[in-house]
Amino acid sequence: MSIIQMKNVDLYYDKHHALKNITGEINERSITALIGPSGCGKSTFLRTLNRMNDMIQGVHIEGEILVAEQNIYHADVNVENLRKNIGMVFQQPNPFPKSIYDNVAFGRRIHGMRDRKELDEVVEQSLKAAALWEEVKDILKKPAYGLSGGQQQRLCIARALAVNPQILLMDEPTSALDPISTAKIEELIGELRKQYTIVIVTHNMQQAARISDDTAFFLQGEIIEFDTTEKIFHTPSDQRTEDYIAGRFG
Amino acid sequence: MNEAVLKNARNRSTQNQSQKKTSGIVQKKRMNREDFVVKSILFLCAMVSILTTIGIVAVLLVETLSFFKDVSLLAFLTDTKWTPLFKPEHFGILALLSGSVLITLGASLVALPLGLMTAIYLSEYADDRVRRVIKPILEVLAGIPTIVYGYFALTFVTPLLRVISPDMGVFNALSASIVVGIMILPMVASLSEDAMVSVPKSLRNGAYSLGATRLEVARKVVVPAAFSGIISSFVLAISRAIGETMIVTIAAGATPKLTLNPLESVQTMTAYIVQVSLGDIQHGSIEYKTIFAVGMTLFILTFLINLIAQWLKRRFKEEY
Repeated sequence: MSIIQMKNVDLYYDKHHALKNITGEINERSITALIGPSGCGKSTFLRTLNRMNDMIQGVHIEGEILVAEQNIYHADVNVENLRKNIGMVFQQPNPFPKSIYDNVAFGRRIHGMRDRKELDEVVEQSLKAAALWEEVKDILKKPAYGLSGGQQQRLCIARALAVNPQILLMDEPTSALDPISTAKIEELIGELRKQYTIVIVTHNMQQAARISDDTAFFLQGEIIEFDTTEKIFHTPSDQRTEDYIAGRFG
Repeated sequence: MNEAVLKNARNRSTQNQSQKKTSGIVQKKRMNREDFVVKSILFLCAMVSILTTIGIVAVLLVETLSFFKDVSLLAFLTDTKWTPLFKPEHFGILALLSGSVLITLGASLVALPLGLMTAIYLSEYADDRVRRVIKPILEVLAGIPTIVYGYFALTFVTPLLRVISPDMGVFNALSASIVVGIMILPMVASLSEDAMVSVPKSLRNGAYSLGATRLEVARKVVVPAAFSGIISSFVLAISRAIGETMIVTIAAGATPKLTLNPLESVQTMTAYIVQVSLGDIQHGSIEYKTIFAVGMTLFILTFLINLIAQWLKRRFKEEY
């Protein structure tokens, strides 16, 4: 079952044609990895899915992206609500300079939750879902910046989960982390697949091979090949995909 | 044979080179006179401002102490009239203090909210082109001489206010405090905006990705993260409002009065000091000493505000 459909998406940064005719489908409750060399457009594409590119001046998008059959670029789409349903985790952990509790509660609070008990519940559930609860349950009032990089990134995942999204976008979530933290986050992503649709940009091809169900290979703004991870890594149909996977360029 | 010679020569040359390299890496220390001279001169420069400050505080203290030999501290703090220049003499600082407080309060009411909102607009809403025009204008406004503001208050704002409220005097606290507020507004806006712009973009993205609106990002992420910079801008602005002299001398009047009614004519501490300094007061007389006592009060007041600001910054600091 596909939850996201891209139809002939083109994106321009002023004159620069950054995404070219992106077409494809992303399956529900699966992990889709976006791979490709630096500057190939995979992060740009990821940001089109929750309209974070709207923030950047000079961006112009053509084509359609359907999420649950609705075109998210239609004029009357409530962008805030869209972003609430499509969470995002960034390359660098970016917790707010607030307490651990306030970080996780942030999203729910801006969406109107005031009741202390309900918030406590959401914070606990989200931190548990992000496999961070045991480590922080006694220091919820402490600043988030006291946590290690890996913990901060899991906090950011908890923060994203707290608003109950259906889709989770991850932009190289482990590239700033050490191997042990990376392993923890990968394990967590595997767990999250049961409830969420995950789209993850990664520079690390082993990571894509380890955790994803489907893989899209981007090159110079185009999707060269988009298929099951199995197929992409073992019997790619495009020579360029094979060369990239084999490490002949990148 | 030729080859052997060449090889030898090469060996020798590399030896020579290595000798050259090793000598000269470590040299004996020379008494570096230049360093010493430069350091001393720079130290003296630093001392000039420190010694001046010490000198000012010392003079203030000495003259203030001598003032309090003639006037009791209790009378100074509790008397509600300030009439040192005519009989019967009263030395109640409250009458001047209320003038300064009234003007500063009014100016803050104008400048702090407006300045903060301007800063939020510039840093979160305005696109680059607008910002590039408005920011330099704000900085130019901050450089206008205060005497110009004073005339602006007296000849433009006061007549305007008197249209609205005809029984208001020519000299009144309202007009002066509005214009002092306008004077410090660019400072609040510009410094607060600097603090907000330096909040990392990644924090904003984090909030936007959770579905926050622009206003929520500004209110709940940017302003709290920039809080200590914003407080600094407030304190600087308030200190300038308290110390502001020209505008209040021209527009607020010269009637020391214990009142918080902005429609009345008042006198601030700074305006009093101007009035006395310009008059022919005998050196060493009690009238002469009053300006030091008033100056000391002013000094303590700004010092207290700085302390409060330090505390506020520590209390609400969000580090990123």
